[in-house]
Amino acid sequence: MLAKRIIPCLDVREGRVVKGVKFLSIKDAGNPVALAKAYNKQNADELVFLDITASYEKRKTIIDLVEKVAKQIFIPFTVGGGISTIEDIRNLLKAGADKISINTAAINNPGLLKEAAEKFGSQCIVVAIDAKKIKNKWEIFVKGGRQATGFDAVEWAKKVQELGAGEILLTSMNKDGTKEGYDLELTRKISESVNIPIIASGGAGSLESIAKVFSEGKADAALAASIFHYKKYSIKQVKRYLQKKGIGVRI
Amino acid sequence: MIAVIDYGAGNLKSVTNALDYLKCENKVVNSPEELENADKIIFPGVGSFGDVVARLNKRKLFKPLKEEILNGKPYLGICLGLQILFESSEESHGKGFGIFRGKIEKFRALKVPHIGWNQIKIIRPGNLFKDVKNNSFVYFDHSYYAGIKNKPMVTSATDYGIDFISALEEGNIHATQFHPEKSGAIGLKILKNFAKCSPKG
Repeated sequence: MLAKRIIPCLDVREGRVVKGVKFLSIKDAGNPVALAKAYNKQNADELVFLDITASYEKRKTIIDLVEKVAKQIFIPFTVGGGISTIEDIRNLLKAGADKISINTAAINNPGLLKEAAEKFGSQCIVVAIDAKKIKNKWEIFVKGGRQATGFDAVEWAKKVQELGAGEILLTSMNKDGTKEGYDLELTRKISESVNIPIIASGGAGSLESIAKVFSEGKADAALAASIFHYKKYSIKQVKRYLQKKGIGVRI
Repeated sequence: MIAVIDYGAGNLKSVTNALDYLKCENKVVNSPEELENADKIIFPGVGSFGDVVARLNKRKLFKPLKEEILNGKPYLGICLGLQILFESSEESHGKGFGIFRGKIEKFRALKVPHIGWNQIKIIRPGNLFKDVKNNSFVYFDHSYYAGIKNKPMVTSATDYGIDFISALEEGNIHATQFHPEKSGAIGLKILKNFAKCSPKG
């Protein structure tokens, strides 16, 4: 049985883990290496690092961080944020990342996505989609949620699969950091429109909300940040709850 | 010393990090001479089948690697390092080592790639699964698989819409479709089992 994955996400800014609400009002949430180790111990299925460092010069801190984490954590980890060239991808993979997540660059330059999938294999290319519900549609935003694109999320999901993405990291901007539960409708819609795994993100709150993103949202993995960083639940608690609900997890 | 083959594409760091952590002496190698000097070989393959074959040929490693394997040096192939032991793949052109008969196929029943933690149904423990429990979860990330029919070297099968080879062993040859270097404590155990297995297989 392929287990549903529980993935803690570490938003990293200048070497520290931070967490925002709806992509704004950012707070400090701890040391990334220490958190990664703790999550590994709790049986996290994967780790995601999203580099939200504003300035380009400070970007290399993420490479150092990836190296440090890779030496100690023997579970997969994905790194995203600010990746815009094949060279960026190569450097992160060399540092020990297993997968890389592309967002803005995939929209600005779909050719990069295609080339990356051909060079490194689809299995290590994740496309992050930040979607905001506007009327009855979900529109894609880029640059950390600051810029609207006019693209429809469902159409874009199909397109990235075609270009060679191996997974989609789908974040609901309306739900991000709210702890109100994932956007089930969006998640299900995208999951049923493509044939690659979907990692649902944005809104993890109650245990029930996590169970629902699998049962109703048809997600393959659930990503969460605040509930784990601020110790509302441990990963073990989440997995035990899911198991009780009949959802297959790795305990 | 364990040689970790650098063929210019894979993420070798995860494997060398895991070996370092286990305190197993290892070296990243990219020449036939270094391959010859090694006690054991790990080939962590990522990318596409054809690409891996082409890169090995370009670095003049294809033939020496196949010879080392056939001459009995302990070999652990990971992911494409398993697939390349077969004759060919649906994925792309290029001939594998052909040590085992058969063609690598693409998953069709469920979402592709098969990404995440799935269970190994251990058929026999061999070297790799010493002290590893049946139905343990290990990490997979692949779109193509080796079919299980009439394959006496299979040591574990995994179900993803269809049963496929998740690990195999025959003499000195070991291979896993999953990534032991990314499978937590169980994966480290499997790597350690390989590092410790006797050079004669």
